[in-house]
Order: sequence, then structure tokens, then C-alpha cells
Amino acid sequence: MTVGLGGLCVQGVAGKGITWMITVEATHWSHAFPFTEEPSLYTVKALFILDNDGNRLLSKYYDRELYPSIKEQKNFERNVFNKTHKADNEIAFVEGMTVVYKSSIDLFFYVVGSAQENELMLVSVLSCLFESLSQILRKNVERRCLLDNMEGVFLIVDEIIDGGVILESDPQQVLQKVNYRADESPLSEQSVAQVLQSAKEQIKWSILK
Amino acid sequence: MIKKFDKKDEESGSGSNPFQHLEKSAVLQEARIFNETPINPRRCLHILTKIIYLLNQGEHFGTTEATEAFFAMTRLFQSNDQTLRRMCYLTIKEMANISEDVIIVTSSLTKDMTGKEDVYRGPAIRALCRITDTTMLQAIERYMKQAIVDKVPSVSSSALVSSLHMVKMSYDVVKRWVNEAQEAASSDNIMVQYHALGLLYHLRKNDRLAVTKMLNKFTKSGLKSPFAYCMLIRIASKLLDETEGGHDSPLFDFIESCLRNKNEMVVYEAASAIVHMPNCTARELAPAVSVLQLFCSSPKAALRYAAVRTLNKVAMKHPSAVTACNLDLENLITDSNRSIATLAITTLLKTGSESSVDRLMKQISSFVSEISDEFKVVVVQAISALCQKYPRKHSVMMNFLSNMLRDDGGFEYKRAIVDCIISIIEENPESKETGLAHLCEFIEDCEHTVLATKILHLLGKEGPRTPQPSKYIRFIFNRVVLESEAVRAAAVSALAKFGAQNDDLLPSVLVLMQRCMMDSDDEVRDRATFYMNVLQQKQKALNAAYIFNGLSVSIPGLEKSLHQYTLEPTEKPFDMKSVPLATTPITDHKSDITPVSSSKLPDKLTPSRQDIYQEQLAAIPDFQGLGPLFKSSEQVQLTEAETEYVVRCVKHTFAGHMVFQFDCTNTLNDQLLQKVVVQMEPSESYEVVTYIPASSLPYSQPGSCYTLVRLPEDDPTAVSCTFSCTMKYLVKDCDPNTGEPDDDGYDDEYVLEDLEVTVADHIQKVLKANFGAAWEEVGDEFEKEETFALASVRTLDEAVGNIISFLGMQPCERSDKVPENKNSHVLFLAGVFRGGHDMLVRARLALADGVTMQVTVRSGEETVVDVILASVG
Repeated sequence: MTVGLGGLCVQGVAGKGITWMITVEATHWSHAFPFTEEPSLYTVKALFILDNDGNRLLSKYYDRELYPSIKEQKNFERNVFNKTHKADNEIAFVEGMTVVYKSSIDLFFYVVGSAQENELMLVSVLSCLFESLSQILRKNVERRCLLDNMEGVFLIVDEIIDGGVILESDPQQVLQKVNYRADESPLSEQSVAQVLQSAKEQIKWSILK
Repeated sequence: MIKKFDKKDEESGSGSNPFQHLEKSAVLQEARIFNETPINPRRCLHILTKIIYLLNQGEHFGTTEATEAFFAMTRLFQSNDQTLRRMCYLTIKEMANISEDVIIVTSSLTKDMTGKEDVYRGPAIRALCRITDTTMLQAIERYMKQAIVDKVPSVSSSALVSSLHMVKMSYDVVKRWVNEAQEAASSDNIMVQYHALGLLYHLRKNDRLAVTKMLNKFTKSGLKSPFAYCMLIRIASKLLDETEGGHDSPLFDFIESCLRNKNEMVVYEAASAIVHMPNCTARELAPAVSVLQLFCSSPKAALRYAAVRTLNKVAMKHPSAVTACNLDLENLITDSNRSIATLAITTLLKTGSESSVDRLMKQISSFVSEISDEFKVVVVQAISALCQKYPRKHSVMMNFLSNMLRDDGGFEYKRAIVDCIISIIEENPESKETGLAHLCEFIEDCEHTVLATKILHLLGKEGPRTPQPSKYIRFIFNRVVLESEAVRAAAVSALAKFGAQNDDLLPSVLVLMQRCMMDSDDEVRDRATFYMNVLQQKQKALNAAYIFNGLSVSIPGLEKSLHQYTLEPTEKPFDMKSVPLATTPITDHKSDITPVSSSKLPDKLTPSRQDIYQEQLAAIPDFQGLGPLFKSSEQVQLTEAETEYVVRCVKHTFAGHMVFQFDCTNTLNDQLLQKVVVQMEPSESYEVVTYIPASSLPYSQPGSCYTLVRLPEDDPTAVSCTFSCTMKYLVKDCDPNTGEPDDDGYDDEYVLEDLEVTVADHIQKVLKANFGAAWEEVGDEFEKEETFALASVRTLDEAVGNIISFLGMQPCERSDKVPENKNSHVLFLAGVFRGGHDMLVRARLALADGVTMQVTVRSGEETVVDVILASVG
């Protein structure tokens, strides 16, 4: 039976309440002792992108026992944001979790792992995310551009992490798998209308001249 | 309908969010265009993005509306737009738990997963596995096996990771894919290698032999993926830990060799693994410490952080091993990342000499306001450790702590400071008055009720015994005037203690009490009235019983007993002795301090272990009428760790009986045990009354059987006994895979280790906050004294430890700590003997060649005194 992070989750259901109770006591002490975690591929606990007001643009929580409700999640994001948005320090420790982060213009990217997690693994996820986004956004890593290409962002995150497991950490591989191109000149209804509008204007001006 | 580019937004520039004013109902309305022919991929794509965005923001979708949108979405599989298809997969995954009948997309996904388009195959597998349950998994098993060994890395990785997710749900099916996973592990692709390793380990982790084989194979052949290396290191160090393998084993050599890997991630993982191994010698640590030292000057903040955090851990156990890094750590104390700076300073505080303490404290106070509460707690813990190491520095520390106490900070932080000050007071008697003064000042403006009551309690305990008790009265009485009910009540209790201890203060305390009797709160008034009446009697024994040492019963137990009492109308008064005693919490002051510990502890009051046992035993009809559970022992192992059956015993003591609870686990997957009992042969006149068997013990599911034993009534001094135990049961062979047992079984037995019942099983620990008062209260009616020589014991510490564990009593007045360089010591112990008799022991110890011990026992019952002395002798 293993005791989970920070004494939070208790794995392995024992048949009798007694054994369970003892685990609860153990969790109470576990914060005092460094303990070896069960080796597993579940490295990333959460990943989120916030804007410069701390609003959530995208967020994924991979461990159901960690912040199960939206309210708790947003609280955590708020807490993380308050502690990190002033200085670009790459790494912080918030609510018992290791958080690596990176900012770009008006965006903040966060990757969260347990306190025992190898910090460099988290960094490799973060930099893969950032590089891949930077590629599809043509280096314009800012809020508006990100929101305009939200589907690409969702797909990239999906290719980097699957349920907390690092699926890919090489940005080139990610881009190849996603095979997504940002809109160069979006030919939506509006833009047609805009083209027409500007054409009208030009004609108007040329007549007036 | 909100358009992608709102005109207004266009004008106002880039500050707006195209998704800002999304309405769920509007988006769902839009989703109707999924049904239009021909499909417009662009628009559909955009609507799917909006739906996923809304889900991501935490918008709640009802089952009906989600199902409707989901069904409309399935039509989009007709389009061949790549991005649209990929977004469909995402929608399926996001909606898997909120929509109904998601399985209707199974055939579409199966088609994509086995189709020609490689871009679709990986994501299709992951989406499919998200919506699959155990029964459906059988249907796609063939495809999964093929996908695991597929030559396209993304397909293979997706299949492996999805299999890993499904192990929890359908272990038995996924287990059959081991061979495919094995094949994938030798793939050239680094991620496939990593995922295959992870899945293989997960399937085999309960089979130590298989794990060992797997490790051997991979450590020899070498891997390409740094992630896979990290995983191997973790598996190796877990195996080392479990097998308690020496550090000369090939596993340790493997971990050490990873220190020379060219990838930093692997090097750090190896260093961290070595640092976390128990019983590492300084020589074994040295290479790990030196790579961490190199990392300290890395330009990457994350790496510096990782290194200094790990060094901090090393410093707790082996400060000398880290001394070599002092110079590098000094450079980090001005790091712009305050977390790194704090960790560096706290590490230096552990490794540095006494002379550097002042300088470091000054440095840290310059930026303490900038760091997060978590790290402030780390600083406080470092100071606490430092005070134990350099007691002479307590005045510097005390100053620093009191400054921190005045700053802003959360509850956890303040509590850490208060705990630290309290521990300093307890360690250094000369710091008591300054410490109490700081705490008094703190409660003048303290918003945390818990801390205020805690400090008031401490003042009540320590204040009356200081040279000038009168100066604390003002601080305490201010609380009665200004604070909330809970704090006022605590203040009244503290005041009463001053009145009881100091005769010259008694008149003033009585006047103050009189004022408290007019309080608006019931609890405060009740307490004041109660103490007023006790104090007016001016009797030492009353003071001791009702003011200094409160009730020692378990609160849930008391509640239950009182409830029971009100149910049965009776003339008899309620008997306090029928209430189970509170189990004293283990107060281990020397708990290891992790530098960065999780502060998320469950705050709710959990019932004690004993209350849970009490409930479980009460549910068994044979044990009714035994009275309240008096004591439950710790678990005793009756088997070796690596045997077919694992049996542990908990001894439950009642007034006239004992119940032995055997927690048994069957570790053989081809056997089912039935009618399991543990037969016991006592050495003394104990009498086995009944056996309650565990009806069935399937593989790896723990079960309990019980044995009820009557204690000898005629000879109350027979407190110790040895039982020889044999487990008897009916074995049925069964199929290891299905667990289906054969019809016929045969009887068998298994010899367990002997079980000892000692005097400690009859005694419950009780903490007397004021031992002197309790000693007077019991009186010397049944006092006995005897002197013993403990020949085999060499130090006072050892003697104190032996006596405490032998008698199982609670040390009081911190007398379990022997001051250094003393050759005599007095140990005070308090407890309650089975049947509810208070007993106190005073042991005077003197160190000569061996240790000489003079034991004085007091109790309200003569037999109890005899039992104790007889058992010691």
C-alpha cells in the first residue's frame, strides 16, 4: 500500500477499516518523512495557460484527486498566479506542488508536478509546449494570437500529455503529429465582407479624387 | 451568434477575448449546423473549439444537452478535414463522462485506428480507449495488440499509454499484452521505449523476480530515452529499498553509473535517488553531492532549485557531506529566485558553524517578507532545528522569531513560529520568560483562535511556576474582555490555574472569576462558576484533580457512554470508569523536517484508532458484555515478512478479558483459505473462551479472525503470559487467473511465532500535565518503594527508554529527556491500570557502574502497586 503525495491520496483499498485507519495515521506523518513514491509514468499533475490577469485560457488536471472541483482548481491557479506573475523565476513551490512556468508577453504557461517529481522532466514538458506553440503561432506567442488558434493549442497539449503521461517531448515530433497550420489569411465571412468594404472605400476615394 | 472576429474587438486591438461572452445555449444552438450537408469544416471546427473551450472553463453541461451535441458531432466523421477529425477525437474524450451512449462512435474510431491515415491512428486509439469498458475491451483486444507493436511510433506510444490507463480498470485483459509490450520496449523510438517500460513495470510490479529480471535486461542493454533511464532509476531504488539490498549490489552500481550520463535529467534523478536512500554512508553520498554542487551554478533556475532542494535534504542527515558545497550555496543566497535563496540559507544554517548563524539570520531577514508562506515555514523549521543544535543561540533566534511573529502571514506560518517558540521554551528553561513575553504580546493581536487558545493553555501551565506569575494575569484577563467565546473560555481555565498554584494571587483571581461569571456565553460562565467553587474549597487534591489535570477519557467514547446511559433509565449514577480512556497521541518532537513539506493535511477530527477498533469489536455478538475497550496494542508480526501467509496480531484488553485480533493475508494466488482460526496455547492460567474464524481468505484480501481469552480472576498479579499460536484452516486450490476454487479442500495448519502478553498491555498511558499535583492527589495510602540494579544498562537515556517501553506508561513533565552530563535523573510516569485505577510511578535513577533505580509506585488500589513492583522485579 502506498501513501500518496503530501498525505493526500491513499492508494489500494484494504478489506478492513483497521488497515485503512492506520494508513490515515501514516498520512498524517508522511509529510515529515521523505518517502519513495511508486515509480510510474504519471509525471504531470496539471498544466494550464493563464492570461496576464490570471484568467484561465486552458487548463488540464490529470490527477482526479488533486483539486477535484472547478472552484478548487481556480483557487489553485489564482494562488499560483499571485506567486509567480511578478518575477520570471522559472520554478516555484505552491500548495505542496512543484510548479515550473514561463511567461511570454501577456501569457503564462504552467506545468505542475508533485513535490517529489524530477523538476527537469517538468521543464522538458514546459519547453516542448512553448516551442510547439511558438511554431504554430509563428513566434507571436501572445493572448490574441493564441485564442485565434485555440484548436491548434488543444491539439498540441493533447499530443504532449495524455492523462498525465508525457507522450512526446520533442516539439518537431509534436508539430508533425498535429499537422496544424495557423490561419494566414482567414477567409471567413467577415474577411470577405472586410475586403468588400475596403474595396468600396478605395473606389469611393478614387471617385472623390 | 458570436463571430470569430467581432468588429468591436478588431477596433479595440488585441486586448479582447473572442471566447469571452460565449453562451453555452448559443453555442449548442450553433451546433445544429453539424447536421447540414455538405459539412462546412471551418465553421464546424470553430464550434467544436468553442464547446471544448467552455468545458475547459468549467461550464456545466447537462446530460441531455451534452448527449445531443455529441450525437450531432458524430456526423462530422463524414468529413475528411484532418483538423476537424482531430477535434472530434478531443470532443469525444472531453465528453466521455458527461454524455450518454458515447460507445456509438466505437466503430468509427476502430476504423480510424486500423486505417491508412497514420495521423488519425494514434489519437483514435487514445479516444477509443477512453470510452471503452472491460467488456468492450475484449472486442478490440486484437487491434490493441497489433497497435502496440506497430512500426509507427505515435501509434505504438498511444496504444501503450492507453493500455497503462486501462490497467486500473481491466488488469486481467491488459496483462495478456505483456509480450507485445516487451517487443515494443526494444523499439528504436525513445518515447515508445519509455512507455513500454512504464507499462511493463506496472504489470509486473507485484512480482519482484520479474522486475529484477527486467531491470537486469535493460540496465545491460542500455536505453536511449532519458525518461526511460529516470524510470529505471526509480524502479531500481525502490527494489533496493524493498530488498534492503546492500550498496554493493549491481542495482546500486547502475544508479551510480547514471551519475555519469550525459543528460542532466538522468544525472539529477540518480543523485536524488542516492540521497534518498536510507543508510547511505558519507563516501557513497560524495559523488551524488558533487554533481549537485555542479548544478548549483547552472544558468537554469529549475536545475539550481532541484540541486539546492536535494542538498537541503542531505544536510538534514549528513551536514558534513554538504560542507564542501558551502561556497556554492553562499553564492545562491542572493539568487533572484527567492525559493532558491531560502533553500540555500536553510541548508547553510544546517551545515554552517555557530559563528555564521548571526550573519545568515541577518541575510534572511532582509527578504523574508518576499518569500511565500511555504518557504517561511521552511525557515522556521530550520531555526527550530538550529536551536536544538546550538542552545546558546536561543536569544538571537527568539528575537528573530518574535519579529516574524509580528509580520503578516497565514495560519500555517504563524503556527510554525508558535510551535518553534514553545519548543525553545521547553528545551531551554532560561528562555522561558522571554518566550512567554513574546507569546503574550502575540495574543494581544491574534486572529487565529486555535493559536490563542493554545498559547493561553501554555500560559496556564508554565506561568504560575515562573518567579513573577502576576504579570501574566493582565494579558490573560484582557482576552476575557476582548475575544471570542472559545478564547474567553480558554482564558478562564488559564486564570484558574494561577489561582490554584499561587496562594497570594488567589483572592485577585477569585475577583476576576466573579466577573467572568457574568459573561454572555454559557461555556465561559460554566467554567468560571466551576473553577470558582473548586478554588474556594482551597484543597490541594481538588485542585489537582479538577484544575491541573483534566479528564483523560476519549471524547467520542464519553459521548457514546453517555448516550447509552440516557437510553437505559437507572438509579445508578454514571460511572466515569466505564468510559474508555483517551489514547495519548505519540508526541515525537524530533520528527524529521522536510524542507518543503506539504501543508495539506486533513483538518477534520478523525476518530482515534482505538475508537475504530471499539466500534468493530462491538459489532461482533460474542464480544458484547465485555465492557468498554481498555487498550489496543500496536500490531505484532507473527510471521516473517516473505511467507505464504502474513499474520499480524492486535491485542485488545478489556476489564476481565482479552481479545486477540489476527489480521491475516493470503499471498498465494492458487489457494483459497476457509474457516481460518488461530489456536492459542497459554503458558499461564489464562483460559481461551471462543474462537471466531474468518470465513474465507481469498488471495491478497486481508481478513480477521479473533480469539477471546478470559484473564485469571483469582490471581490478579498474573499479568504476563506467552501463547503459542497455530493457524488452522481449510485449503481449497483454485485457478490463479479466475480465482475459481475447487470443490474439495483439505485441512492444514501453519505454525506462527509466539505471542507475548506483558504488563504494558494492561496499562493505558495518561498524560498528567502537573505530575506533582497528581502525586499529592493519589496520596501515599498504597505507596511502595523498592530499589533495583539494572546491570546491563550503560546510560541513563537507555534506562529511561527501557522503563517506558516496559511499563507502557506516559512520561510526564518531559522527564523522558535526560539532560546531558548528568548522572542522576528522576522519571515520572503516569497511567491507568486495567479496571480504571490511576497509577503513578516515580523512578529515581543514578548512574554508577550500571544504573541503580529506586521505584516508588502510588495508586488507589493496593494490588496494582504489587503488580507493578512484581513485574519490574
